[in-house]
Amino acid sequence: MNINLTLIGQLLSFVVFVWFTMKYVWTPIMGALEERRKGIADGLAAGERGLHEQELAKERAKEVLRDAKAQAADIVAQAQKRAAEIVDEAKGTARAEGERILGAAQAEIEQETNRAREQLRERVAELAVTGAEKILRKEIDLQAHRDIVDQLAKEI
Amino acid sequence: MAGDTTLTSGEYIKHHLTNLTFGKLPDGSWGFAHDMSQIKAMGFWSINVDSMFWSILLGVLFLYFFKKVADRATAGVPGGMQNFAEWIVEFIDDNVRGSFTGRNAMVAPLALTLFVWIFLMNLMDLIPVDFIPHLAVLVGIPYMKVVPSTDPNVTFGMAIGVFALMLYYSIRIKGIGGFAGELTLQPFSSDNLLLKLVFIPINLILELVSLIAKPVSHALRLFGNMYAGEMIFILISIMYSAGIVMGVFGGALQLGWAIFHILIITLQAFIFMVLTIVYLDMAHSKH
Repeated sequence: MNINLTLIGQLLSFVVFVWFTMKYVWTPIMGALEERRKGIADGLAAGERGLHEQELAKERAKEVLRDAKAQAADIVAQAQKRAAEIVDEAKGTARAEGERILGAAQAEIEQETNRAREQLRERVAELAVTGAEKILRKEIDLQAHRDIVDQLAKEI
Repeated sequence: MAGDTTLTSGEYIKHHLTNLTFGKLPDGSWGFAHDMSQIKAMGFWSINVDSMFWSILLGVLFLYFFKKVADRATAGVPGGMQNFAEWIVEFIDDNVRGSFTGRNAMVAPLALTLFVWIFLMNLMDLIPVDFIPHLAVLVGIPYMKVVPSTDPNVTFGMAIGVFALMLYYSIRIKGIGGFAGELTLQPFSSDNLLLKLVFIPINLILELVSLIAKPVSHALRLFGNMYAGEMIFILISIMYSAGIVMGVFGGALQLGWAIFHILIITLQAFIFMVLTIVYLDMAHSKH
């Protein structure tokens, strides 16, 4: 066991190695570890937050769905109401139109009837006169009996 | 054995325990010592080249590995090498957090350096004792002691470094007065002024002894354990020259001792590191 300069050499290398470790080894490795620790913590927190947000979104989706259902029911009810209205309206219009057409047809019929009656009347009078003329040619004066025939024709 | 059958057991052991020492030879020139007596004659102004070489080589190896990891350290998914380095760093960090109560950014890197460096130096003990020395003899180097921690110069070098830090921080944290008070006013103290004066020298002697004992025991614990372990490896390897039966028995012993030694080298590195942390913690804490 002899102590010599090796002691000093070892002491110096010890100092240099510790300095080197402190400056170039410990700090970056601990930095990386710290950073990773922080990253993991952040990730976990973000996960937690995401879960919470999902819960909220589910809740919101339910609400929206409920609203949509209510709105849809509303719309359907309104549409049904409107359809009934339209049908009623159409019925009313159709009835009025029908009555109008009927009225017009009846008026026309009346007119036609009247005209036909007038014509018939004239025709009958003529025929009667012609018939009477033929029958009574010899014995009856056309002029003398004209009034009677006209009277008859009017009574038809 | 060293392959040289002319060696006796005593010479073999002595050969294994001799450092390759560079210094001033008796004839006045500078060179490597050739035997124990020349080493003794060199005195303090010589250097154990083998211890320094292996110690610095292993230290550089450690720094190279960790620097490489530190340069590529990412906060993302770590690779295998980074994982390993981080495992060690976290282990050291846990120990420092557990034992060191003050605030000093130097203690943890110091502990990391000591632990890994001493572990690597101790690890050299597991290389079969003749392997590197024999190769050295073949290339013409007479002595080669490959386990730096079996050289007291190495262990004392580190222990004195730690001791110097201890003194420095004791004085910086507590002030010269505080540190002197710690050395003189306890364990015996009294309210009586006269008695207090009587106690001061007694306290000083007690505290100085315990103070000096710290680096000495720190260094000798590591040195003693490693030296003894190395010695047992050497003794076991002597058995290889004592016939086939002793050789096989020696092989079994060597295997057993090597496996047991894995525990010892780790434990000794760990103890050295923990004591360093504890000593520095004592230097930082006020009474």
